[in-house]
Amino acid sequence: MFNYNFRWNQALSSLPQMLEGALVTIEIAVLSMAIGITVAILLTLFRLSGSRPLSAIATTWVEIARNTPALFQIYMVHFGLGGFGIHLSPYLSLLIGIAFNNAGYLTENFRGALKAIPETQTRAARSLGMSPIQAFQNVILPQMLRISFLPMTNQMVWAILMTSLGAVVAMNTDLYGVTSELNARTFRTFELFAIAAVIFYVITKAITLSARLLAARLFRY
Amino acid sequence: MIEIENVRKSFGPLEVLKGINLTVAKGEVLTVIGGSGSGKSTLLTCINGLEPIDSGRILVDGVEVHAKTTDLNKLRRKIGIVFQQWNAFPHLTVLENVMLAQVKVLKRSKADAEAEAVKQLNHVGLGEKLKVYPSRLSGGQQQRMAIARALAMSPDYMLFDEVTSALDPQLVGEVLDTLRMLASEGMTMICVTHEMKFAREVSDRVAFFHKGVMAEIAAPDQLFGAPKDPELQKFLAATH
Repeated sequence: MFNYNFRWNQALSSLPQMLEGALVTIEIAVLSMAIGITVAILLTLFRLSGSRPLSAIATTWVEIARNTPALFQIYMVHFGLGGFGIHLSPYLSLLIGIAFNNAGYLTENFRGALKAIPETQTRAARSLGMSPIQAFQNVILPQMLRISFLPMTNQMVWAILMTSLGAVVAMNTDLYGVTSELNARTFRTFELFAIAAVIFYVITKAITLSARLLAARLFRY
Repeated sequence: MIEIENVRKSFGPLEVLKGINLTVAKGEVLTVIGGSGSGKSTLLTCINGLEPIDSGRILVDGVEVHAKTTDLNKLRRKIGIVFQQWNAFPHLTVLENVMLAQVKVLKRSKADAEAEAVKQLNHVGLGEKLKVYPSRLSGGQQQRMAIARALAMSPDYMLFDEVTSALDPQLVGEVLDTLRMLASEGMTMICVTHEMKFAREVSDRVAFFHKGVMAEIAAPDQLFGAPKDPELQKFLAATH
């Protein structure tokens, strides 16, 4: 017991590889957020459309994304779709899985944000001759994104952390994947994962702080 | 010209407009008075097609508002409306509030829209507030901005739905002054209001609504001086 010898130098020599992995992690999180926000706006429009089938698609998506493990969602994209002959790379599977999850949570955030915008805003826009789409795009959407900006930041942090679930689809180029492979070769488990954890922490902290600065610049009203 | 022919409208079991007939000529200032729930505000939202009607018809310059073939977005460019709740777009500056629909709906260039917005904002006395966000304005200023926003669309008609009802008493005057100015410039206006003194001063005609019926319509001197309808007599006695 307690006869583990820390070898930080050996682990730290892998830092460049791990930082490269961190870049992949950030890339996946950023892309998954871009896709997630776009899809969530679309699903929100589905909900607002008054069409039952469209609204059902949105509800189903949100229910699955929010009430099943993210790990299952990623697993299903890779191996579930594989069963239908659709074979995606680990990178794509992870990206799509996280984007799916993001879209579900963000749609729900947007629903809350919409409730905070008075209905009279739409009426004012429509009475100026704007079409429903113009009213949404120019009056409702900017306010909705503003109100849900902080929840979006949370989801971005969550997306960064979710990349580690790439483990289930044998993803090996992101921060978790690189760390895991280094571990398999060197067995410096504690050191490697501690370093990876610090990198995760720094990334998510940086996101939260820069989001706060960005919010101050963007939302002056 | 706005022609309202036998318009009926219900919300569920409640009939709020029980066969309204009314014609408003170009250049006329009509004010509509009456108690809460008399249907006067509903009539305004029907005129620009925000609310459907159950029967009858409304014609604006000969175009039937509720006909299926009518392009409402196009028709609404002719009809400005300002509501009790001023509805400034909070994410846009005062200038941008007044420019937005000009650019998106009328397809004016940004430069033209800005010039028009500056003109209208000066007109309502907000020339100093162009770059300010609405949250920094008083209620009266926000309401004047909403009027400028509607005027910037170069409408032929302006509808005002109790535009001073949500304002602090000391801010009512500045908004009424803006309406008086528009009336004196010959704008065709329908004003739903509780401001009797204002109605008496600016109107060509005053209509009294009671329980979904237009109970009386007459020139202001006549309507206020010698009301015929017993409900109107009661209403005026209560509001004086």
